[in-house]
Amino acid sequence: MDNRADYLKAERSAEWREALRKTMKNKERTAQLRVHMPEAPAQERARSYVEVNSGLTAPIAMKEASRCIDCPDPTCISGCPVNINIPKFVKNIERGEFLEAARTLKETNALPAVCGRVCPQEKQCEANCFYTIKLNAEPVAIGYLERFAADYEQNSGAISIPEVAPANGMKIAVVGSGPAGLAFAGDMAKLGYEVHILEALHEIGGVLKYGIPEFRLPNKMVDVEIESLRKMGVQFETNFIVGKTATIDDLREEGFKGFFVSSGAGLPRFMNIPGENLVGILSSNEYLTRVNLMGASRQGMDTPVMRGKRVAVIGGGNTAMDSVRTALRLGAEKATIIYRRSLEEMPARVEEVKHAQEEGVEFLTLNNPIEYLGDDKGKVKQIRLQKMELGEPDASGRRSPQPVEGSEYLIDADTVVVSVGVSPNPLIPQSLPDLKVSRWGTIEVDPETLQSSIPDIFAGGDIVRGGATVILAMGDGRKAAAGMHQHLQNAR
Amino acid sequence: MNKVVSKRQFSENVVGLDIEAPRIAKARKAGHFVMVRVDEKGERIPLTISSADVQRGTITLVIQKVGVTSRKLTALEPGDMVHDLVGPLGHATEVKKYGTVLCCGGGVGVAPLLPIVEAMKAAGNRVISVIAARNKELVILEDQIRAHSDEVLVMTDDGSYGRKGLITEGMESIIEREKIDQAVIIGPGIMMKFASLTTKKHNIPSIASLNTIMVDGTGMCGACRVTVGGKTRFVCVDGPEFDAHEVDFDEMLSRLNGYKDEEQKADQEYSCQVDKK
Ligand SMILES: Cc1cc2nc3c(=O)[nH]c(=O)nc-3n(C[C@H](O)[C@H](O)[C@H](O)COP(=O)(O)OP(=O)(O)OC[C@H]3O[C@@H](n4cnc5c(N)ncnc54)[C@H](O)[C@@H]3O)c2cc1C
Ligand SMILES: Cc1cc2nc3c(=O)[nH]c(=O)nc-3n(C[C@H](O)[C@H](O)[C@H](O)COP(=O)(O)OP(=O)(O)OC[C@H]3O[C@@H](n4cnc5c(N)ncnc54)[C@H](O)[C@@H]3O)c2cc1C
Ligand code: SF4
Ligand code: SF4
Ligand code: FES
Repeated sequence: MDNRADYLKAERSAEWREALRKTMKNKERTAQLRVHMPEAPAQERARSYVEVNSGLTAPIAMKEASRCIDCPDPTCISGCPVNINIPKFVKNIERGEFLEAARTLKETNALPAVCGRVCPQEKQCEANCFYTIKLNAEPVAIGYLERFAADYEQNSGAISIPEVAPANGMKIAVVGSGPAGLAFAGDMAKLGYEVHILEALHEIGGVLKYGIPEFRLPNKMVDVEIESLRKMGVQFETNFIVGKTATIDDLREEGFKGFFVSSGAGLPRFMNIPGENLVGILSSNEYLTRVNLMGASRQGMDTPVMRGKRVAVIGGGNTAMDSVRTALRLGAEKATIIYRRSLEEMPARVEEVKHAQEEGVEFLTLNNPIEYLGDDKGKVKQIRLQKMELGEPDASGRRSPQPVEGSEYLIDADTVVVSVGVSPNPLIPQSLPDLKVSRWGTIEVDPETLQSSIPDIFAGGDIVRGGATVILAMGDGRKAAAGMHQHLQNAR
Repeated sequence: MNKVVSKRQFSENVVGLDIEAPRIAKARKAGHFVMVRVDEKGERIPLTISSADVQRGTITLVIQKVGVTSRKLTALEPGDMVHDLVGPLGHATEVKKYGTVLCCGGGVGVAPLLPIVEAMKAAGNRVISVIAARNKELVILEDQIRAHSDEVLVMTDDGSYGRKGLITEGMESIIEREKIDQAVIIGPGIMMKFASLTTKKHNIPSIASLNTIMVDGTGMCGACRVTVGGKTRFVCVDGPEFDAHEVDFDEMLSRLNGYKDEEQKADQEYSCQVDKK
């Protein structure tokens, strides 16, 4: 860790950084207010798939960057799971070196355009910014700035393709093409490995493609990153289910020397309450997959999707917000979030909750469904809800919701999207009886190297963590690449 | 992309396609299915692997025209490409020596039944097959079923071929005559419901292969869920075969109709396009 601190110090004392710090007094810097992200108007965007946040312009980004005081001890970095050198990239924006800012991001983050959009910054880097912890003021908009630099690079056409070491003749397979797999592939390609990404679906990108909607993360942002990997020599094979189309053993026979399992937490959970299998009740995975992966909302596509008039979404995470806002875009007259805790406890990104509220989503917090009622055709018609109240804080400090006796009532709904969490994808563990898995079905790995109980198999992302975040998945991919490289070098 | 190498017309609405998929041909077992997306705009639909040729590297799908996707598929000609094909999916059929196995196939259900008939016979069972269709034109794969069965009974609703009557009547006539150790039931939902009631009445252990709506086919979406023995199961990863006597067929039938309006609309639009050409 010392090395890291020394490195940060050395970078900070670079001539241009010293000079830049002197261009403005800290008092002036901190007197400025945080920028607002320009957004598409709520009424318009709630019925279209345009990206909600339209991004900062260069002058505004430079101004926001000037708020950062380039702290000697940049606490923000400790909040970032991949330890981006935040002041370095921010200061590069301040001095107008946008491509250099993007390069800084890419030192540790393979998908900055994605993370700038979807990271829960308010709990990570921005939560640890000097402004937040010392000034009790709004933090530097690190996420917006990250997005700005990454987008600038993408639009400039001058995307830097990392240098790739000479081929070392070793073939590596990646199971699943979500953020963990993509990040892993990038690092291994740089080290000279022949990397093959095997993906079960017909699209590359995992949740970034089938889950997160276009109005939050346009698919083309992800495609650009995939294209970069392709240029680095990474090979992609879609429609390939490891464990079914071929087993790990088959692949070993074909000469693969290492495996990185990043198969995600794709299995939807249901609540197992009466009536849950009625027509019109579906998982958020099904709902979002139909729209995002299969294009059900677009003209000329064959896949249908329920276009409910009164849509209820059960849950309070990002997936629930994405579903309820998708419902509006599919023409719902009323789209409601039903969540058993209060607004404060919602695990979704703060920005998504705010956007949902602006777009007209109704929030029924402290409410929990206990039964669904259908019509004579077996289609859902009503939901029986029970009111909840927050009890005493439990061991984890969270106040757990308790049902209020006798508070049941009915509301109407013709479509219900169940969004109460996901479980690890069981396909790989099922096909490898020797693989050590936890009680919850996640793959157990060494925390440093991410090696599993089978030496040539490493794993990371949601299949190890359960449902987590893009940035954590990516960080795992990078860690596993280092771990596997070490392992394969030692084995030589 | 996977290439169609040959095509067979079984009846006006039922077509067999041999498609290049060497890995799947090698890995598949009786009871497995694939997910197919015919073109870039297509939906993903499940189809059983009816047979496979490892040497040639092909799998055979038998497809009945019911809506847009199945019609696009049946319109393909040798040399055409299928955009996406993934599998083999689902659990393979539990094939072992039961004794006498009654294999019941209704309509296009005879296609997925074929590999099971074949495997049951190879495992040393006495195999009696009852295949049923609405009329003579809709009876498919009779020769292939015959080649692997000890006895075959063909039933048609209108009596235009074989014996007149519903599949359950044919089943009853065999059950009355000899002891059946195991039944396998595949066909339209409604047929499976009544065929299951028949074997239940006679306490014959039975498996049914369910054909719910699917999106991904890998356990990711839950579109395919059914209630079996009071528990929710996913057909794509927990099935597609289940204890027929435990399946809630009524729920399955109502869920199958969930997208009926949208599907009919799409089908009409597709017909209009085809007519214009
Ligand atoms: C709707 C939604 C919204 C979200 N919003 C946010 C957000 O705003 N911010 C955030 O940080 N996180 C968010 N998340 C969580 C985040 O997307 C995940 O934590 C992250 O994608 C996990 O990455 P992964 O690489 O582990 O797996 P995934 O992205 O799940 O990718 C796994 C891939 O593996 C494939 N696969 C599975 N099994 C096999 C197999 N046997 N063979 C081949 N391929 C296989 C799958 O098809 C899939 O493509 C959201 C998740 C969802 C569902
Ligand atoms: C595991 C499995 C294996 C299958 N194997 C075969 C096979 O070998 N050959 C074959 O022809 N079909 C098979 N099916 C059924 C096939 O998937 C459907 O016929 C197909 O999805 C219909 O798509 P479509 O776009 O043509 O019609 P759609 O427009 O989707 O539907 C048209 C009509 O068919 C009904 N329908 C939709 N899906 C199904 C379904 N799954 N089963 C019955 N009716 C349905 C709808 O209610 C609607 O009225 C299988 C299904 C499953 C789940
Ligand atoms: S990757 Fe995420 S946590 Fe790290 S700096 Fe960027 S937005 Fe913050
Ligand atoms: S803590 Fe905030 S002000 Fe300090 S370097 Fe990081 S972003 Fe800049
Ligand atoms: S088809 Fe999606 S879970 Fe079975």
